[in-house]
Amino acid sequence: MITGFRRVVKAGFVGFWRNAYVSLASIFVLTIALFVIGATMFLNQLLSTSLATLQSKVDINVYFVPDAPIEEIERIKAAVEALPDVAGVVFTSREDALAEYRERNKDNTIALQALEELNENPLGANLAIQAKETSQYESVARFLEEQRALEQPQTPVIDEVNFARNKDSIDTLTSIINATERASFIILGILLIAAILITFNTIRLAIYTAREEIAIMRLVGASNMFIRGPFMLQGIMYGFISGVLALLLFYPLLVWVGPRTAAFFELNLFDYYIVHFGEIFGVLVGIGIVLGLVSSTLAVARYLRT
Amino acid sequence: MIYFDNVSKLYNDGRSAALQEVTFQVAPKEFVSIVGHSGAGKTTLLKMIIAEDRPSHGQVFFESLDIHRIPKTRLPNYRRKIGTIFQDFKLLPHKTAYENVAFAMEANGRTDAEIAENVPHALSLVDLDDKAWNFPHELSGGEKQRVAIARAIVNQPDIIIADEPTGNLDPIATYEVVQILRKINDLGTTVIMTTHNKGVIDEIERRVITMDGGRIVRDDSTGKYVL
Repeated sequence: MITGFRRVVKAGFVGFWRNAYVSLASIFVLTIALFVIGATMFLNQLLSTSLATLQSKVDINVYFVPDAPIEEIERIKAAVEALPDVAGVVFTSREDALAEYRERNKDNTIALQALEELNENPLGANLAIQAKETSQYESVARFLEEQRALEQPQTPVIDEVNFARNKDSIDTLTSIINATERASFIILGILLIAAILITFNTIRLAIYTAREEIAIMRLVGASNMFIRGPFMLQGIMYGFISGVLALLLFYPLLVWVGPRTAAFFELNLFDYYIVHFGEIFGVLVGIGIVLGLVSSTLAVARYLRT
Repeated sequence: MIYFDNVSKLYNDGRSAALQEVTFQVAPKEFVSIVGHSGAGKTTLLKMIIAEDRPSHGQVFFESLDIHRIPKTRLPNYRRKIGTIFQDFKLLPHKTAYENVAFAMEANGRTDAEIAENVPHALSLVDLDDKAWNFPHELSGGEKQRVAIARAIVNQPDIIIADEPTGNLDPIATYEVVQILRKINDLGTTVIMTTHNKGVIDEIERRVITMDGGRIVRDDSTGKYVL
């Protein structure tokens, strides 16, 4: 039993080297397949991170009138925070709003001069509210409108709720997010199927060249496992080497592309690669080994029938 | 030792036949030559013995074993009792002469010590000690066939099946191969060989079965090539 296993392992390695050209072709195709799978994974990560960033930028702003009593503002803030759909509320006081305005317009002398002439702070405090899901903004906005309706007309507190203004862009963003996620799933699926089919066919061709040998081995009285074993081992070797190669290919690519994605998507893919190296290694090498093993086992099975 | 009982092999729903009602037996230590034109059914007959082909009617026995009732998983075990030699040698192209012979023993589950002892012995029996580490493409036709013979005998099989072993060989290589087969037979192994080489038959001077159209038409104990 152990002797048989050792012989199968040895035959696997010898077969790998003596069919170097065929092994090379299989590894080449498998590497490309794994590279495509890996690239899709990175792309997915990029998409979901940028979607999360985008989503965090969506909010509802409540602008209070400049002389709104602070207790009323506190009360509304507490009420909004208590809503189950709300993820966070950021309060900006009148003074902070003014400082922000000055900072934003520091190159605009006309705006600053106009502010000086007013002699008092024309800006009200405001609340920036984030919901957990973009679809929940509707209900938060409804709550705020109800609050406004309850106010005494002579002492208004809320000056403006800007959801109505943002509503269209929020709706569009929600549908874009959903469509992108669905599309990337479909693309990943198609690429995965294509990669599997190409790999399977390449290995099948590689083993096709060995069909005479398989017939001879059967004639000599080799058991099916004794014939199949070396090919299975070669499939595993193809998968392992290809996984490592694909992983190595990503290194220079991500060194180059990392800073660019950091600028645009707020995620440095190179950092992601380094931090999640273990997982990415596991996934790529794992998929490679399974793909190689299954392909070669199925391919040999053809010649072991009858 | 081998017993064919009324064996027929039909193709195309019975409209053509490779074998028709063949009945004969081979005793232990016999050397049987099967002769006949191409398509006479010689190769089909041999394929029945190694369970590569199954009969449409009738049974083939190896001793008391019905060959075509052997379960698939036991077939490798059965085939290890038979050494096979073919016209096209059927060597593993990526293995050296030594490895080709050793492979048959490895497949048999023999130990490394047995392999190290028996492979050189088998190769010297066919006079190929100096070509042990050559690959098949580096050997001549006669040398390749001798490697195939070494592989066939290395497991000490009960029977050797040789399908046109001299078909691709020149007269000198043919003579050598026939001498080796006779030597193996003299050492006690049954040999069944097909051929259409008249010289080979006349030289062996043993039992000859003549086939034509899937039937046995002659069976002579010390036959000559008659067609």
